[in-house]
Amino acid sequence: MKSYLLPISLCTLLIATASSRTASSGELQATIEIPQLDVAEYHRPYLAVWIETPDRKIATHIAVWYDTEMKDKEGETWLKDLRQWWRKGGRSLTLPLDTVSGPTRPVGEHQITVSLDSDKLKNLAPGPYIFVVEASREVGGREMLRLPFEWSDKPNVEASAEGETELGKISLTIKS
Amino acid sequence: MKKRNPILFFTTVAITLFTVGTGQAHRQWILPSTTVLSGENQWVSVEAAISNDLFFPNHHAMRLSGISALSPTGKPLELKSPAEGEIRSSFELLLEEQGTYRIFSQRKTMFASWKENGESKRMRTSAEELEKMDFSKMEDLKLREFSGRVESIVTCGEPTELKPNGEGIELEFITHPNDLFSGETTTFKVLLNGKPVVGQEVTIIKGDDRFRNSVDEIKATSNDEGIVEIIWPKAGRFWLTMSADLEATEFKGTPVDRGTSYTLTLEVLPE
Repeated sequence: MKSYLLPISLCTLLIATASSRTASSGELQATIEIPQLDVAEYHRPYLAVWIETPDRKIATHIAVWYDTEMKDKEGETWLKDLRQWWRKGGRSLTLPLDTVSGPTRPVGEHQITVSLDSDKLKNLAPGPYIFVVEASREVGGREMLRLPFEWSDKPNVEASAEGETELGKISLTIKS
Repeated sequence: MKKRNPILFFTTVAITLFTVGTGQAHRQWILPSTTVLSGENQWVSVEAAISNDLFFPNHHAMRLSGISALSPTGKPLELKSPAEGEIRSSFELLLEEQGTYRIFSQRKTMFASWKENGESKRMRTSAEELEKMDFSKMEDLKLREFSGRVESIVTCGEPTELKPNGEGIELEFITHPNDLFSGETTTFKVLLNGKPVVGQEVTIIKGDDRFRNSVDEIKATSNDEGIVEIIWPKAGRFWLTMSADLEATEFKGTPVDRGTSYTLTLEVLPE
């Protein structure tokens, strides 16, 4: 438990408590494309999604997709290959983590929806942030995409980026 | 004669002592298969050798008897599947705890050189052996004591703090040694017997030197607080080494020159 509680309290400190948004039905919606690859040996990528501050510290974890079903937690062996996610905060989480961790996904487009009132976002202070997606594939490559955005009491964000190897199109929409 | 540079002098002595009979410089290293791990009950495979090239065994195996591995809570680990070859030793470690492990060879060796009936002699010895020897027959006796540590560090899960040992020359890790990325600045503090050292030179060489024509050494010098800053030009495996003189002591009336060295294998990841 300790290793899980610590980063959360750190996040709270980092984010401060400025935000006092009234309850809304706004949400953050991300679309992540896992591309079809012509390779001899294919495994679904491990993938992490988070929001970080301009000084590159994790403000909130959004998702981590890995081999959750293997026995003896063997799937956790390769989490360190999500190199940046791992060093920035992945390594101090206790997995599985509710609403964050989940199994790997197949080729195609995948949606992540997070309510602005959820624990992940409700304490985010206004300011500049970066939405980050990192993917790493067994016997394959690794790619990280970063989408800068501005967070406010009434966020209105449309951003997208195109991966070159392990990621396809990534888009982010935040509506309050 | 020019005033002798103590660091250079010691390096020369150390190399001479270490490679008695070969006249060549060699590099000692302990190399783990990886330095950053996730999950539970992970294994690392470790090689240890004294070679010319980094990190290719081509000279001598490092003796396993001198190698220890300590868990994050300080428990000694069993060296599993140990093998001691001619040019390379190897073993495996099971990492049952989360945190940072030290794998090291710490040695203290005494060397004696003298003249006997006009003939030059030298030997690797120990205080116990010296005690038994008859100094009166040994002309021009010179004693040197050398303490050195060769180390590598690996982390499973979240890195834990590494405390300095307070003996000889060593590093205090301001930046955790398993958190190194290319293009980033790493900060270490050089300590000698637990105190910061000013102006200490640290030499760093990237592995795979067999595949390039120059050594491409990186030299860093500690500042007024003993701090060295290293910016990693590339990802890869790096070999760091430094050495210094210690205050001379005396053994049965004969002065003992003393030196200390520290050598560390590091892994730098791409961003």
